[in-house]
Amino acid sequence: MIEQTGANPAALDQQNTGERLAKRAATLASIRHYFSQQQLLEVETPLLGQYPVTDPQLDNLRVENPFAITSADPDYLYLATSPEYSMKQLLSLGSGSIYQISKAFRQDAPGRLHAMEFTMLEWYRIDYDMDALIDDVAALIHTLKPNTAVEKISYRDAFIRYAGVDPFIASSDELELIARQKMDVSFTNQHKDIWLDLLLTHCVEKNLGKKGMTFLFDYPESQSALARLAMNADGQKVAKRFELYINGIELANGYHELTDAAEQMRRFETDNQQRLQRGEPAREIDAGLIAAMNRGLPNCAGVALGVDRLLLLL
Amino acid sequence: MGTYSTNEFKNGLKIIIEGDPCNIVENEVVKPGKGQAFNRVRLKNLKTGRAWEKTFKSGESVEAADVMETTMEYLYCDDEFWYFMDPDTFDQVPASAAAIEDAKPFLKEQERCIITLWNGAPLTVTLPNFVEIAVGETDPGLKGDTAQGATKPATLVTGAVVRVPLFIDKDEVLKIDTRTGEYVSRA
Repeated sequence: MIEQTGANPAALDQQNTGERLAKRAATLASIRHYFSQQQLLEVETPLLGQYPVTDPQLDNLRVENPFAITSADPDYLYLATSPEYSMKQLLSLGSGSIYQISKAFRQDAPGRLHAMEFTMLEWYRIDYDMDALIDDVAALIHTLKPNTAVEKISYRDAFIRYAGVDPFIASSDELELIARQKMDVSFTNQHKDIWLDLLLTHCVEKNLGKKGMTFLFDYPESQSALARLAMNADGQKVAKRFELYINGIELANGYHELTDAAEQMRRFETDNQQRLQRGEPAREIDAGLIAAMNRGLPNCAGVALGVDRLLLLL
Repeated sequence: MGTYSTNEFKNGLKIIIEGDPCNIVENEVVKPGKGQAFNRVRLKNLKTGRAWEKTFKSGESVEAADVMETTMEYLYCDDEFWYFMDPDTFDQVPASAAAIEDAKPFLKEQERCIITLWNGAPLTVTLPNFVEIAVGETDPGLKGDTAQGATKPATLVTGAVVRVPLFIDKDEVLKIDTRTGEYVSRA
């Protein structure tokens, strides 16, 4: 179960309440100590905003705006799925490297590893690239759990090793065939990314972080989200994005951040096209973020880490 | 026919997979860091008893199985069917050999059973945990023999053969645990 001491006192019982609360408080203190030593500034950004996210796999929780009086006022306000867009506005205003520990809210079916409300640690390092940020994440984890082994494997190599297929070369039909050999699946004829996500969650993830930390990096271009693109050693276009796994559980997602406002706009529009194709309304694009990127987002890398899952694994 | 969204999946929900009614035994949502969420579901086919794992795309809809459980009384059988009656309405339903297969060795007239109905027809018949059935055939009882562990076979009037202590005689009524198929005591 996701460790919910911060979000849900009802999940506690008398026996271990003190122990769990103390562990949570000590972990948060250690995280703040690490960033203070590294001279990152702690910030707080709004959790309630005017814009939802476009990401087709992510839905905001929303609340009615009690002060919607004129038609220009938004009917709904959205709870942040992560503080990313707000923090990027600070970066564009010259904040320098920053971190934040905040609540995040998502319309995710509650389960063993999911809650609609959870605690997220997010930070940005000016002039870091993906590799430097991976080392930074490992260093933070080492302050909390010394001597944890570190493994780095590319998305492509992990698929070749654990699913027996090259995710960059295989077609959607080939991926479907492989998925069907490995499991019983209720759907057919999907976008390539659906099959990649299926193989990742069902065949690859359980092998990651078995001995400590595993950083999965260089994602397919179609899964770049807000990461910049680059060529890998084999001349394939990859997204400079990584995820951290411990014990098969995904703990953090980071990017060498995209700074090109026009490219960001195109990706948001692609997200909305996918929503429209599914018969859902398009989401309003966050004007604050686009304005920040037009103003100029410094070269930086950023990562979000789930604190409740981290507590579960410590 | 109704449908269920994967958001409504929970243990015990009955759905149709490839034409057969199935029970959801376990439902887990799995999701990559960013990307498509899936429901990894452990299912049991209520017709064949087969259990297996199937993955759905979250947000998919699945046909609901019109399945309900009700208590009914066993009446009699003919060459083809076993007939059960609703004790309140006196409605009768015929159950197939497949539906009563598990219950058959210990099924006797007037026994109240839990019937799982699918589209109004019995899918499975579940006996009470304990039933009382008379011995139809066994070697004569040995009076006073209560030695621990010594047993002999006895054929019950319903047809089942169970191991019983040596002192049990023909026509005695025994208490049987239907989950294990074992003798418990004299009734």
